[in-house]
Amino acid sequence: MPVIETYELRKEYDGLVALESLNLQVEKGEIFGLLGPNGAGKTTTLMTLTTLIKPTRGTASVNGFDIVKQPSQVRKSIGIVFQDPSSDDILTGYENLKLHGMLYSMPASLREERIREVLELVDLADRKDDMVKKYSGGMRRRLEIARGLMHRPKILFLDEPTLGLDPQSRENIWKYIEDLSRQGQMSIIITTHYMEEVDRLCSRLAIIDKGVVVAMDTPASLKKIIGGEVVVMKINNPDVEAVRELNFVKKIEIKNELVYLTVEDAGQNLQQILHVAGKVDSVEIHSPTLNDVFLHFTGREIRENSPEGGWGQRVMNLRSKK
Amino acid sequence: MGAKSNELKVKEMSELNGIAAIWYREIKVFLREKSRIVASIVNPILWLLIFGGGLGASISISGINYQTFIYPGILIQAVLFSSIFFGVYIVWDRKIDFLKEVLVAPISRTSIFIGKIIGGATDSLIQSLILLFIGLILGKLGVIPGLHLGFIEIVTSLVVLFFTTTSMVSIGLIIGSRMESPEGFQLITSFLLFPIFFLSGALFPINKLPVWLASLTFIDPLTYSVDGLRSVILGASQFNLALDLCVITGFSIVVIIIGTFAFEKMKV
Repeated sequence: MPVIETYELRKEYDGLVALESLNLQVEKGEIFGLLGPNGAGKTTTLMTLTTLIKPTRGTASVNGFDIVKQPSQVRKSIGIVFQDPSSDDILTGYENLKLHGMLYSMPASLREERIREVLELVDLADRKDDMVKKYSGGMRRRLEIARGLMHRPKILFLDEPTLGLDPQSRENIWKYIEDLSRQGQMSIIITTHYMEEVDRLCSRLAIIDKGVVVAMDTPASLKKIIGGEVVVMKINNPDVEAVRELNFVKKIEIKNELVYLTVEDAGQNLQQILHVAGKVDSVEIHSPTLNDVFLHFTGREIRENSPEGGWGQRVMNLRSKK
Repeated sequence: MGAKSNELKVKEMSELNGIAAIWYREIKVFLREKSRIVASIVNPILWLLIFGGGLGASISISGINYQTFIYPGILIQAVLFSSIFFGVYIVWDRKIDFLKEVLVAPISRTSIFIGKIIGGATDSLIQSLILLFIGLILGKLGVIPGLHLGFIEIVTSLVVLFFTTTSMVSIGLIIGSRMESPEGFQLITSFLLFPIFFLSGALFPINKLPVWLASLTFIDPLTYSVDGLRSVILGASQFNLALDLCVITGFSIVVIIIGTFAFEKMKV
């Protein structure tokens, strides 16, 4: 039985549709990715599954409980690390964790034990008595991951867990997530618009665009759908018809002066393509990525550059606001 | 049957723990922001010494020194302002996204609201206690002649102030639960604070007012707090103390009920 199952989940904000009709299943113990561009409905999905917002229509079961009818049982089963920092920066790291333990009704002795344990896990034991406002963006994220784990949730939600972090912190957080998953039991749901994050971590993923699931499978099976390697060429006035006639070319797509081809055995067949395509400025061959999969299903690319600004930027904004 | 009542007990316990958690956090923050405590003490003292001393040089009220007369009113003023402004912290919680952490926890919104009220009330009562001690000392030194605060007066004052602060914190939280920015909160509350304060009779006796003004003071719930506190501290009042306490507690219960609904409807 899936730990999460949604049934035509729909959410509208003042007539704007954030989720069209979402259907997905997450199995026990897996790391499940929700991949999509900004505004695709990933965060809305998470907020709905964690009972913070009510769906306009449809429902979902989380750990066997209905999100509309049994929100408090759902909340007991889950932990969440929000996209934006949500710890109190006037409190110390330790105090934030203690507060969390109290909110989840953990007996004092168990609470202290878990606080030690999770602080150890995220390497913050020596900084636990510093106020959170003195933490870096990466430290604060680690603290909030520790907090999300403290009550041993059955399901952990991570909303863009590495958004805006430096490569070193990102690598560390990926390692924590992998370690957590290896210990078994817990299911982890990650939203992200970083494809390498999904590639590295997720056993399965759903690609979301404009509030609907366009594809759901393992990363490998989704890439197989592409059916060959991807050749990207920069050409002025490409001879599209000539290329189309080559029988090993599966698909042609032109975007911003770039020609994207899906080609069988691209290494061997490249010569022939270059021969007929026209004057090629540059060419690149790669195995299919999730970006190609996304392009295949939606006709658009997942943009890497987020106009929303990263986590670090938001921490800065908050500070200057205060 | 046994399992069922046990389950209920667990639920109650977790709600109580949730209330304690919210309270814990409010107290930590309050004690850490020293400037907040200092400001909440200094302003009432300026009112008492400068405004009270200045006007008191020319007038006295039914034989009571003017500074002494307004002392209960100034205490209520201090509690009114700090209690209502406490509501701005829920706006901040939303702004720094801390509210999400609390709302996603397995406790009811009523418990969150109750925890916030207790937190805000504790802040106000600590402030009141300091002001009562300052009153005690100023009375003993003869700076405010005729002000005699003893143990009984301080304890009964705290009772009156407790019911006052719970209702005013609730009002602040109700406004805060609807507001998206601290600026908006300040705008709304300043429209509310001054009429409530001026009509309460904190600065003047309400027994000789023209009818239109008297009627307005009667519908201001704070009037009964000022009157009750005057009764407790000075032994002089307009209404019966029992009536004052009934109105204050009744009003407090009503706004707390409204507040639980407001929190139920509150958006993230």
